[in-house]
Amino acid sequence: MANLQEKISRLFPEATFEEGEILLVNIPDARLHDLVKTLRDDKDMNFDYLVTIVGMDWVSSLGCVYYLTSTVSKEFISVKTSTTDRDNPMLHSIADLYRIAVFYEREVFDFFGIKFINNPDMRRLFLNIDWVGYPFRKDYDANPEINPVSIENERQTDHTDVWMEQPDGSIKHERPRVFNEDDFVVNIGPQHPATHGVLRFRTAVDGETIQKIDVYMGYIHRGVEKLCEDLTYMQTLHYMDRLDYFSAHNYHHGLCLCIEKAAGIEVPRRAQVIRTLMDELSRIASHCLFIGTFCMDLGATTMLFYTLRVREQILDIMEKTCGARMTFNYDCIGGVMADLDPNFVEDVKALLAVLDKNVAEYNKLFTGNVIAQNRLTGVGHLSREDAISYAITGPSGRASGWACDVRKTHPYSVYPELKFEQVVRTEGDSMARFKNRVDEILQSKGIIEQLLEILPAEGEYCAKVPKVLKLPVGHWFQVVEGCRGLFGIYLESDGSTKPYRLKIVPPGLPAAAVVDHITRNQKIADLITIGGSMDYIVPDMDR
Amino acid sequence: MSNYTIDNFSSLSTWFDTMLNSYMPSWLATTLECVLVGVGLLLVYSVLALFYILYERKICAYFQCRLGPNRVGPWGLLQSIADMFKILIKELISLNHIDKFLFALAPYLVIIASMLCFAVLPWGNGLQIIDFNIGIFFLLACSSIGVLGILLAGWSSNNKFTLIGALRSGAQMVSYELSVGLSILTMVVFAGTMDVGKIVTAQADHWFIFSAHIPAIIAFIIYMIAGTAETNRGPFDLPEAESELTAGYHTEYSGIHFGFFYLAEYLNLFIVSGVATLLFFGGWMPFRVAGWDGFNEIMGYIPSVVWFLGKAFVISFIIIWFKWTYPRLRIDQLLSLEWKYLLPVNLVNLALMVWIVVEGWYFG
Amino acid sequence: MEMKQVTAQGLPYEAWKDNEYIEKLVSELQASGTNVLVGSLDKLINWGRSNSLWPLTFATSCCGIEFVSLGAARFDMARFGWEVARASPRQADFMMVAGTIVHRMVPVFRRLYDQLAEPKYVIACGSCAISGGPFRKSYHVAKGIEDIVPVDVFCPGCPPRPEAMIYSIMQLSRKVKVERFFGGVNRQESQNEFLAAHPVTENPADNID
Repeated sequence: MANLQEKISRLFPEATFEEGEILLVNIPDARLHDLVKTLRDDKDMNFDYLVTIVGMDWVSSLGCVYYLTSTVSKEFISVKTSTTDRDNPMLHSIADLYRIAVFYEREVFDFFGIKFINNPDMRRLFLNIDWVGYPFRKDYDANPEINPVSIENERQTDHTDVWMEQPDGSIKHERPRVFNEDDFVVNIGPQHPATHGVLRFRTAVDGETIQKIDVYMGYIHRGVEKLCEDLTYMQTLHYMDRLDYFSAHNYHHGLCLCIEKAAGIEVPRRAQVIRTLMDELSRIASHCLFIGTFCMDLGATTMLFYTLRVREQILDIMEKTCGARMTFNYDCIGGVMADLDPNFVEDVKALLAVLDKNVAEYNKLFTGNVIAQNRLTGVGHLSREDAISYAITGPSGRASGWACDVRKTHPYSVYPELKFEQVVRTEGDSMARFKNRVDEILQSKGIIEQLLEILPAEGEYCAKVPKVLKLPVGHWFQVVEGCRGLFGIYLESDGSTKPYRLKIVPPGLPAAAVVDHITRNQKIADLITIGGSMDYIVPDMDR
Repeated sequence: MSNYTIDNFSSLSTWFDTMLNSYMPSWLATTLECVLVGVGLLLVYSVLALFYILYERKICAYFQCRLGPNRVGPWGLLQSIADMFKILIKELISLNHIDKFLFALAPYLVIIASMLCFAVLPWGNGLQIIDFNIGIFFLLACSSIGVLGILLAGWSSNNKFTLIGALRSGAQMVSYELSVGLSILTMVVFAGTMDVGKIVTAQADHWFIFSAHIPAIIAFIIYMIAGTAETNRGPFDLPEAESELTAGYHTEYSGIHFGFFYLAEYLNLFIVSGVATLLFFGGWMPFRVAGWDGFNEIMGYIPSVVWFLGKAFVISFIIIWFKWTYPRLRIDQLLSLEWKYLLPVNLVNLALMVWIVVEGWYFG
Repeated sequence: MEMKQVTAQGLPYEAWKDNEYIEKLVSELQASGTNVLVGSLDKLINWGRSNSLWPLTFATSCCGIEFVSLGAARFDMARFGWEVARASPRQADFMMVAGTIVHRMVPVFRRLYDQLAEPKYVIACGSCAISGGPFRKSYHVAKGIEDIVPVDVFCPGCPPRPEAMIYSIMQLSRKVKVERFFGGVNRQESQNEFLAAHPVTENPADNID
């Protein structure tokens, strides 16, 4: 790390550093683009993966924290830049370096009103175009009369805003069109059976061939991050259940790890094993549902019923321990809420016993089917470079040959002790994404078998945690592997009982953002295949 | 008609015709007969459609380890009747910005087309509405009207989803009509007649699928694939592919207009199965083996209507089985399947059949 | 006059939890009087309607997944004839509002409701749809769908268990049974009042350009 710091300070003398778990580089906005470009392109640093852009309102200034990581060295670095202009804040875009940055910057613009110079598409991402104010600013007026619930049609525009930097340094505001004037635009969603929730694709088609897709999000944007700022740390946890409701345990785990790291709480070993067990069980349940809904989208409805059988069995196991079928709220700060059900181990063993047979059945019924092969193979190809640039993690990223499993790259909890291999395929098509998930069911099975062996028979399930939890001033970042990819938590504390800023990094947002890129020149039917195989969860991306 | 089965409707209808003619002038008798037949046809049509809806729902439930409808009436038998009552009085939404006349016409075209095909099917021994010498040709001609209704429905709804659905449907049905036509033609070559009644009686001792062996089996397989595609059912249900096009060409239809599409879909399923029964499995003819008189007599105790319906239901079961097993094809794959594979195979098969007929290499 | 005991799907009358509400509806129905022929036609129609409720495939979040479970083998809503989920609102009978409705979704949701063909029913499923639930304090969440569309049945839970959803649809089916097709339809009158009070105004400039 010292090495890195030295190198950066040599190239960018104006940069200042904050040491910590992750090195933080403070850089003025004017040099931001150059710094990030150097970080990305320098052979020794190679920070080619933009994890997230955290918009921040420090009251005195507005700014962004960029989290970057290297796919080679797995090291993290964060870059901070800010502006004091609150009326017309502008920062330089890095959208030309990372393709996902277009969306991340749109999100920051939506929440904080920071305009990014040179970003090719500076519309709001989640909120309506006539929304008054920027909700994540600390001085936002949440009076419902300013932004009332309206049943009138949402106002829309075919133009986007762009602030381009001219060669002479001045900034020019342009309004280019999103679609060409004679495009045949079909509106798919938000209420559409194939979008897996309320996502909207404006699709320009030529016959059945897709020319361009404009992704509209925000139809289930609930402002979870903002809500968390008014709640104590314990209370923030329950929202994690309702983001990606299939990875409820994993998301809980991530936030708990982050808070525990900040508070310096040691989690009992038994609790760690239980958490990991739950993570892997929910991974199986999630992938089962994925297989079912994906096949249903392709017309093979019956698969859904076969896969849901396994899911119901897992839900039974969870229900016995956690008391709920979906929103468990099981992981808590310091451990888990309650001890395992006495029959837990037997139930899990019974589940593992039937898993192989079930997966074989799925493969027999669907994977080997010639129609399925034709529909999936070669459809929606995503190269490794694009996967990294678009930040596609999880099984989808691994299908493009990018070994991005957080359980291996940045191991947490008891994962370092477990033996398993990342499921990586290089084809990068829908078939690879599908097969990856099927294989991960078996991978999780192997992990659970090991976990059952190391599960301590006795022991605390929750550490002693003060009733009122106060975190020291500072900021922390934690990543875990959700069922659909990297899930990150950025937590900033001002020393009170409530988070100053809690930023969630969902795997779903990149998965939806990439749809435009990989559906070009494919058929409308392939949009369903590709969208299904990316497996995004809309409440997860919208938050 | 000879006595292949215990029931023989030709004597009944002859008796009825004579009776009517003795009471009233012949023009009135004919009119009355037409009306009665029409009413009967409508009745059978709707009852059969309702039965088929329940049949599919139950079958797919069992495929999916479920029970299916079982609360309305015993074993859920009245479920479709409840659905019918509901759909009959459901609001017909009137839309602006559409071609109102064509919009209203489309469902009728679809249902009339399937009803006309229905008329040609030989239900039982002597139970057939019209038995004329170009029965098969009439059937092919009528079934082609349906696509017109679907195209109109999609186009007149003034909706992009329905338009795409209709165009897909047009491409699909026009293409697969070829395969259906050619596989039927193959069997007509073998039978040597287009008369439905004669085709059935020709299969008294050997069903065509046995007597014409290889080409008949090939024709049957192609017919099943193409027939499934003709009825817009999975895995060829692209025109109404739910995950892509909401509900395809009938997205904008509500109430009984939608009900017509819904009924016609199931009736077309029955018609496809019925034609397959007629051409390959002897229509209403019982399973008979030449020379085994005792066996043939026992088989003859089962009424011809039961034979026909039973065979049709079994074939429908196979088509339903397709739907609930296979994923859906993509439009380009669908068309290449037809034009690159089925059509050439079909043409060769037709030549093979001609050769076999000329050389006399068939049984019976 | 003896109170008519309204029940559905073979569940005994005593097993229902909110008989007072239905009894109120029944007494209103009886007070307005009806003749025998129309009454029995009504009965037939209501029997058909209450036994053939087709849902719209509509879900925004977690509750939607429980709705999927409801269709699956364990809970099997097909038993009641509800499995014909239509993707087109024109052909559906009721919408199960499963999930949070946020500001941006409200116009879409209202339009979907308007696109449903009569008779149409709404079940507010889950605490988000009922009141905004855990997201009530959010700047971008509608606080319950009651202000947007008339709601027939509320189904609490976060998310409600599939059994609760079955019960709520059964309650809806019971409510359908005390309607009147000929003459004033109780529910429809209140529905029309609601819609008159919450009109969707014609937006002069739908698109800013």
